[in-house]
Amino acid sequence: MAPGMVKTCAIFFFTLLFSLPLGLIFTFLHTSKNRVISGIMHFIISVLRGTPLMLQLIAVNFGPWYLFGIETIREKLIPVVIAFSINYAAYFSEIYRGGIESIPVGQYEGATVLGYSKAQTFFRIILPQVVKTILPSVTNEIITLVKDTSLASTLSYAEIFLLSQQYSNTIQQFTPLLVAGVFYYVFNLVVTVVMSRVEKKMSYYKI
Amino acid sequence: MSILSMSNIKKSFGDNNVLKDISLEVNKGEVVSIIGPSGGGKSTLLRCATLLETIDGGCLKYNGIPVTHTNESGKIVYEKNLNQFRKIFGLVFQNFNLFPHFSVLKNVIDAPVNVLKKTKEEAIEEALALLKKMGLEGKENMYPCDLSGGMQQRVSIVRALAMNPDILFFDEPTSALDPELTGEVLKVIKQLADDKMTMVIVTHEMAFAKAVSDRILFIDKGLVVEEGTPAELFDDTKNDRTKQFLMNYNNI
Ligand SMILES: Nc1ncnc2c1ncn2[C@@H]1O[C@H](COP(=O)(O)OP(=O)(O)O)[C@@H](O)[C@H]1O
Ligand SMILES: [Mg+2]
Repeated sequence: MAPGMVKTCAIFFFTLLFSLPLGLIFTFLHTSKNRVISGIMHFIISVLRGTPLMLQLIAVNFGPWYLFGIETIREKLIPVVIAFSINYAAYFSEIYRGGIESIPVGQYEGATVLGYSKAQTFFRIILPQVVKTILPSVTNEIITLVKDTSLASTLSYAEIFLLSQQYSNTIQQFTPLLVAGVFYYVFNLVVTVVMSRVEKKMSYYKI
Repeated sequence: MSILSMSNIKKSFGDNNVLKDISLEVNKGEVVSIIGPSGGGKSTLLRCATLLETIDGGCLKYNGIPVTHTNESGKIVYEKNLNQFRKIFGLVFQNFNLFPHFSVLKNVIDAPVNVLKKTKEEAIEEALALLKKMGLEGKENMYPCDLSGGMQQRVSIVRALAMNPDILFFDEPTSALDPELTGEVLKVIKQLADDKMTMVIVTHEMAFAKAVSDRILFIDKGLVVEEGTPAELFDDTKNDRTKQFLMNYNNI
């Protein structure tokens, strides 16, 4: 079942890699002064959060074929990571937005008076504090992601869940599913330990 | 030539005319205090001067250079490059607004390095000297949350001074502090006054204002009600509203 574990890890890491920054871009668009841009982004985020990820996976995989007659991609990791990244970006962007709104306006004013540019203010002053405040929410989202990777089985991507299910059927035993369960559990244990380390590392200051 | 020149400044929030017609000139080396009841527009005046708010009328100049001008249709237009003016002034806030994720030293050197493009070594050297002068030697590696309010405010004064401003604004620098901590902050401001730092100080500390100021403005309801030297304003008060306001303070 090791190849399944590797594939689950691949979904996990690529999704985080793309969705964390993409979420920030979503936040920028969502909070844009341009009403049209922010309205469209608001709608996209509400659809991404309001419909099943499984449906979104199917849409990303088969949409191009239904809409434009384009062959679906062989390597299922690609549509899986695309769907996951966009979906999780929507959730992360809402967390970022809440975090950004929680930073007192005095931080912006302090930086502005010192002559920081808008970008400097955001990346030097605001974002580091946002990261600290949102860390617990991000941890929750990452834990959910670990478990959600099993949805990739919808596209027959042979990650641990699909593999263990098939294996379990073949040998008519429960053990493979149990192994999968333990794998998810240990994975999340590691996530929790790592994230609480990160939180500790940031506890040298209070906001 | 005056460092700051504000003439006939008007500012409204909706139909609340917060600044009705205020003029203020501050020359090099001068210390001007602004007193007055809360809600009178003192903070708004400082926020207009420090470009945190935009004015609706009048003219703002630094070192003789106009920051704003009035166009044909009577609208106020700001200069494009405002950061050239931000180099001229500094602002000390009532609640410090230190950056909590930066150490004391980083709070002080971050803007000189990233805005003024000083070398880190140069910025650190200057920062350490200023911190020492403000009685903060040895605190450079601490974080704002580890410091008392009085120390935080002194750090924020050092942070402003590190930008080497021509003029420094203070908006009630001791109002957020416990009474026993106000003294240490007033002391360093007094020290700056003795060094001939140009300052505009909004304060409720009347004895302090009397001691450090060259000139005092009493502002109420968006207007300068009375203006003069400390002696004129406190010992020879002309206006009834000023008299009434000063009656609340009996230890001047
Ligand atoms: N951002 C704002 N929006 C609306 N009204 C404001 C704003 N800032 C200040 N005001 C109003 O302007 C008036 C003057 O406030 P302020 O300048 O803070 O007075 P002071 O500093 O003298 O106490 C008050 O009535 C206040 O409610
Ligand atoms: Mg005020």
